[in-house]
Amino acid sequence: MPLLDVRDLSTHFFTRQGRLPAVDGISFQIEAGETVALVGESGCGKSVTAASILRLVPDPPGRITGGEIWFEGRDLLKLPADEMRAVRGNRIGMVFQEPMTSLNPVFTVGDQIAEVIREHQNVSRDAAYARVADLLNLVRIPDPQRLIRDYPHRLSGGMRQRVMIAMAIACEPALLIADEPTTALDVTTQAQILELLDDLKERLGMAMLLITHDLGVVAQTAQRVLIMYAGRVVEEAAVEDLFDEPLHPYTRGLLQSLPRPNADVDAAGRPAPLLEIAGTVPSLAALPAGCRFAPRCPYALDACRQRDIPLKNYSEDRVAACVRVDDLRWAAP
Amino acid sequence: MTALFRMRDVVKHYRAARGMVHAVDGVSLDIGAGEVLGLVGESGCGKSSLARLATRIAAPDSGTIEFDGVDITALGRKALRPHRAKMQMIFQDPLASLNPRTTIARIIEEPLIVHGRGSAAARRARVAWLMAKVGLPVTARGRLPHELSGGQRQRVGIARALALSPKLIVCDEPVSALDVSIRAQVLNLLDSLRAEFGISYLFISHDLSVVEHIADRIAVMYLGKIVELADRRTLWRKPLHPYTQALIASVPEPAAGHKRNRLPMRDVDPPSPLAPPAGCRFHTRCPHAQDICRTAEPPLKPIDGSGRFVACHLVDAQGNSSIPRAANAVT
Repeated sequence: MPLLDVRDLSTHFFTRQGRLPAVDGISFQIEAGETVALVGESGCGKSVTAASILRLVPDPPGRITGGEIWFEGRDLLKLPADEMRAVRGNRIGMVFQEPMTSLNPVFTVGDQIAEVIREHQNVSRDAAYARVADLLNLVRIPDPQRLIRDYPHRLSGGMRQRVMIAMAIACEPALLIADEPTTALDVTTQAQILELLDDLKERLGMAMLLITHDLGVVAQTAQRVLIMYAGRVVEEAAVEDLFDEPLHPYTRGLLQSLPRPNADVDAAGRPAPLLEIAGTVPSLAALPAGCRFAPRCPYALDACRQRDIPLKNYSEDRVAACVRVDDLRWAAP
Repeated sequence: MTALFRMRDVVKHYRAARGMVHAVDGVSLDIGAGEVLGLVGESGCGKSSLARLATRIAAPDSGTIEFDGVDITALGRKALRPHRAKMQMIFQDPLASLNPRTTIARIIEEPLIVHGRGSAAARRARVAWLMAKVGLPVTARGRLPHELSGGQRQRVGIARALALSPKLIVCDEPVSALDVSIRAQVLNLLDSLRAEFGISYLFISHDLSVVEHIADRIAVMYLGKIVELADRRTLWRKPLHPYTQALIASVPEPAAGHKRNRLPMRDVDPPSPLAPPAGCRFHTRCPHAQDICRTAEPPLKPIDGSGRFVACHLVDAQGNSSIPRAANAVT
């Protein structure tokens, strides 16, 4: 049984522009200890998926309109609020992009981490504080004793994210949801935080749902990848397969549009222009009929614009929602 | 190549609540006509301050700035004006840099009006031409910035920057706020405009893979100083400065089977630009730092006949390094 089993989840937003299907019938599973990346551009629904699993979708305007989220044998969508609170921050930890908005500026780092521990575990104040020092060591914060008494605004972005991670893993969760955990950080700090997350996963045997727009981060961190576009999953694959042979034209486009250091150069010493994906992501208020990527897809057929294209299996653990996969595989150089 | 733009020993310190920020601390750079100079560095390294100095939005405390053969270091507002027309800027967040209540056509026309170029009819024709050049649809003319997508807004920013036929455009993180699929469109557009009009760019970004794609030469900045300068290929393949090596090692490669190398950098916070470390400013994070690095500041020295510059005590004038080669460097 997978640790997390998301089945046909839909989360829609009800606004003046109408009903926006931010997440529109997606399914995926995460095994214990596995890292799965949810990848896509802004507005594709990846963060709303994370918020739905945690049941933190702001309502109104958002509402989970369908599906099931099975975690450790229970459907999270059916849990009473108090039981859900016992899951959140305890069995499922979370790390967000902007640590400063998630940390309370008027409490010390030590107080905030200790509070998380005491909320979920029946331990004394002293025991909680002892655990805080261990956690800060675990996330490789130098001089934890000093930091315990410090306030979040006095820390650098990288240190704040370490504190957030310490809070997220305080109760040794089975699943860590990390929503763009390194996007606000400098590249060298990003590399340090990703290395730390890898190390912690191994030590604690945690599974991770990593939400990111950065395919480089995906390649180095995840075992399996889901590509989202306009509220739907368009491709799912093991990380090696995805980068070796992307099946969906959107995934292909994303990978081909990245600048590649050390690419071949022309006579003037310049690399070839990047391949572009034409057009822009559609608005959720005006989604095209059929495949949502069809208007930007160089391979689209009339059929793609007329009916929804379901996900189809191409091998044991490869799925893509595209009718042209076999043609493109055949034509690929 | 005669330099279109030349900066010598430029220093700019800002007064902040807790002391002096050493934003730019003795920077010298040349940009040739039609050349793209990439400038990379992390937050707080001074790259945006450098952009403001290059366009003389800010004045340096000391040093000189020459543009198109003229010393513009100390020129006042009025005297600067004709030079400003030839150097334009593109910003990271197009929405913040475009007047929200002004139509797209008017935003693009604005520099022409301010600099008194052409009749109304000629300006209108020029705006239409500019919009076509940057790939904006005619229907965008009467739209407001918030009605466009992020990529289209950046095209508006580019059209406005092109309006006066500049020789130099300073691009400050122009694609950092854009989605991956849009970023390629904008990078290709900038590249084709350079090729067509021979414009020079000072292209500033924190993203080394983007800079490596678009620049001819790359300068690496750390805490107000240039630590290495080389052509794009050499810099990527054989970085000499330990900070450049760490930067390159930290770029996650979007390809299967590339597991992370251990970052060749000490796991400590970057120092504050309020109090840059003595000696080499990178020594607190440098895994190879020696005693001399903590006391003596390494000059940015030329490497024999190669056109590259490195500021590191552990690299000699022939470019021989006593640093173990970074694991990811490609030969």
